[in-house]
Amino acid sequence: MNYRELRGKTAIVGVGHAGLGEAPGYTDMELLTRAAHAAVKDAGLRMQDIDGIATSSVSASMWLMSVVETLGLRPTYIDGTCVGGSSFMSYIQAAAHALWSGQCNAVLVCYGSAQRTSALGRGVITNARKVLDPQPYEAPYEPMNPPSSYALAARRHMHEFGTRREHLAEVAVAARAWARLNPEAYSRDPLTIDDVLSARRVSDPLTVRDCCLVTDGGGAFVMTRADRAATLKQKPAYILGSATAVWNRQISCMADLTVTAARQSGALAFDMAGCKPADIDVVQLYDAFTINTILFLEDLGFCAKGEGGAFVSGGAIAPGGRLAVNTNGGGLSCVHPGMYGVFLVIEAVRQLRGEGGARQVRDANLALAHGNGGTLSSQSTVVLGTAATL
Amino acid sequence: MTQVSTAGQGVERQYADHLAQGRFMIQRCSACARHVFPPRELCPHCDEDELAWVAPTGRGTVYSWTTVARTPDAGGDYDVALIDLEEQVRLMSCVVGIDPAAVNIGLAVQARVEAGKDGPRVVCVAVEPQQGGQGRAP
Repeated sequence: MNYRELRGKTAIVGVGHAGLGEAPGYTDMELLTRAAHAAVKDAGLRMQDIDGIATSSVSASMWLMSVVETLGLRPTYIDGTCVGGSSFMSYIQAAAHALWSGQCNAVLVCYGSAQRTSALGRGVITNARKVLDPQPYEAPYEPMNPPSSYALAARRHMHEFGTRREHLAEVAVAARAWARLNPEAYSRDPLTIDDVLSARRVSDPLTVRDCCLVTDGGGAFVMTRADRAATLKQKPAYILGSATAVWNRQISCMADLTVTAARQSGALAFDMAGCKPADIDVVQLYDAFTINTILFLEDLGFCAKGEGGAFVSGGAIAPGGRLAVNTNGGGLSCVHPGMYGVFLVIEAVRQLRGEGGARQVRDANLALAHGNGGTLSSQSTVVLGTAATL
Repeated sequence: MTQVSTAGQGVERQYADHLAQGRFMIQRCSACARHVFPPRELCPHCDEDELAWVAPTGRGTVYSWTTVARTPDAGGDYDVALIDLEEQVRLMSCVVGIDPAAVNIGLAVQARVEAGKDGPRVVCVAVEPQQGGQGRAP
């Protein structure tokens, strides 16, 4: 069987989240458990029905096994791949293979992080990772990662294409506009371009408003084969195309800071889904930093390389604009607990179900969720569609 | 079964030894003639085990840079840069001895080893381009 034949053969049938924003007194595992439970219930299933599991944690290398133990599972399919925030969409393709081949029947993809309210400070964790996962050719220069890596990419994009800080700010302003329509979003105060430009500098040209939130949050979704999905209680979000690409880990090893591996993951996902960027009704792009949205719009083919700044100008990706991007408010304004990818998938599914409330995109039948991991390291694209798109 | 000898030291240690003796060395593959950085055991371009240490000219240009905000008490703002060397490898470094506001993409630099507070590291000094494109450090 060719992988393209997986198009539409599996679907997301349940989504759930927990502890968005601040969940003091909870651990990563507890938020994951609550989110997983919510997703399984949303699917109309029980945890005992779950026989496939995919999860990871940036700080715990054997996280998958801890999750299996905590949830009381005996899975026939496991995936503990950690490629950073995009991990949660990177799980989809292999899970679809496993479901279709009959290796398993219901895959739970889940994540939880209490990084904001954790008693263990992020500085402690950052220093521990420097010892456990050293990068000796970057560490001597003390880049403030991740922001510095993305700042380097932003600066290069500005140099090559004339992109301006105002364009980056447009991304933040648009995300905030969507967040103001989302009662679950963390940051909902008005935000202007001037607010972004004059905010505290982090790593030139990025200010704190160019950077994602640091919140708590757990998220999860459940995948089954398509025939079973049609019998369950929620409107299925069918997996039409999915692909993941990794070209480098460190920013100093990235061949061209203005071209991400989203070019590869997007091309493969669209090819498999049999559609084009112009066909997509609603887009979720991993906006860890404002430059990300511009880069991914270009590399996924929504606009030409170098034109991302113009594309996002004048509120074009805000509510009422030409393209609905990051309708939950994004990592910039909704939620970002360290690895944000699962929330992009959840929002895409909810839009396709028509559960978006005030932020619902009309006639949403095709959705794209694109995750990024590390420092522009991993890229993973998934195209989802309603039954009308099969 | 193919047995690979691990006598001697790995390349990360060899690089550090060179640096400790004041030498910034990169690798060049004898099989495909391309230069390699960061140091590796195997050429990432041609998969051959033919990497040898060479001294780069040290001449390069700034590919990108960022100024990290840091309070004056903690030492103040500092720059982090990505440098493209003539040998077509890139490294993370910093540009020293110049007003941070004067750093820009395309700036010609000369890499050298300095004794950093946590050990020796490669830093880059801005150079004035001369005729023929060969810079001379001020």
